[in-house]
Amino acid sequence: MLILHCPNCGRDVDETDLHSGGEAHLKRFGPGSSDQEFEDYLFMRENPKGVHFERWHHSFGCGKWFLAARCTNTLEVFGTYSAQTLEPPKEILDRITAARPGWSWGALK
Amino acid sequence: MSNAVSALDGKTSAGDVTIREDGLRGMISLRGDLGLAKLRSVCTGLTGVDFPKQGQAASTGHQGLAWMSPDEVLVMVPHDAVPDALTKIAKALQGQHHLAVDVSDARAVLIMEGAFCREVIAKLAPVDLHPDAFGPGDFRRSRLGQIAAAFWMRDAACIEVVCFRSVADYAFDLLAAAANGGPVGHFPNS
Repeated sequence: MLILHCPNCGRDVDETDLHSGGEAHLKRFGPGSSDQEFEDYLFMRENPKGVHFERWHHSFGCGKWFLAARCTNTLEVFGTYSAQTLEPPKEILDRITAARPGWSWGALK
Repeated sequence: MSNAVSALDGKTSAGDVTIREDGLRGMISLRGDLGLAKLRSVCTGLTGVDFPKQGQAASTGHQGLAWMSPDEVLVMVPHDAVPDALTKIAKALQGQHHLAVDVSDARAVLIMEGAFCREVIAKLAPVDLHPDAFGPGDFRRSRLGQIAAAFWMRDAACIEVVCFRSVADYAFDLLAAAANGGPVGHFPNS
C-alpha cells in the first residue's frame, strides 16, 4: 500500500484516496509534428522496473494533481512535488541518486 | 416555496457514540484566491469563525468554515441565510475571479458525539486519527467505506461529518455500525 504526501493539501494520503494518472513529464506532440513523434507521445512509455515519475490525482481529497517519484520495484517513495513543473526538483533527483546510483529515466539520470 | 427537508430528517442512533443527522445546513462552495483579504473577511464576517489554515476547519452551531483545497473554502451558514450570504460574497468579490455556489441541498451533515468517536472514523477512513496527528480543528477530505466524505473534530468527543446527500443513508448506517461495534482501544485516552 502506497502512502504519498499531497503537496497541495499537505496531508499524507493513502493510495485508495488517489487516482493514478500515468507517467509524468510527457511532452505533447500535436498538430505539425511527425507521425513518429505523435505515436511516441501517445503510446510509448518508460514502464520501468525501478525509479519512476508518475502523476497522481487526489480524487477523494483536494481534487488536485501532483507528481511523485517512486520505485516501482520496492514501492520506496523518493518524494512528491507540484504538477506545475517541467522536471523534478533537484532535491528529489539527489535523493534518488543517493538511493539508486546509476539510475536513469528517459532523458533524466 | 417548497418545504425543504434534510436527507435523513434528523435521524439519530443511540449508544456510547451517538450519531445524528444535523438537519438542513446552508453550504456555499467558494473558489478563488484564498490569500485575498476581501475573500477572507467576507467569509469570517458571514460565519463568525477565524479563517482556517491549510487542512483546518472551524465551526460553531450551524456556522463554520472549512479549507477544502488550495483554492476552495466551504462556507457554512444557516440554511435560510444562503441567498443573503451569496449576495454578500458577490458584492465583496466584485471584479475578482471567483465562484460561489449554493451546494446546501447536495450535502448531508452527520454529527457524532462520544468518547471514542475518533475510533469510529478510524475504522472507516484511510486516515491517521492518532490524537497526535488529528485533533480538534483538523479537517480532512477522504472516504468512509466506499463514499467520499469530509470530517473535522469540533472537540475531543465530537466529530462532524459531511457527505453527499445521495449517500447519507449509507454514511449513517456505516457510522452507526462502526459505533455499535464498540471501541478498539488502540488510541491513548479514547
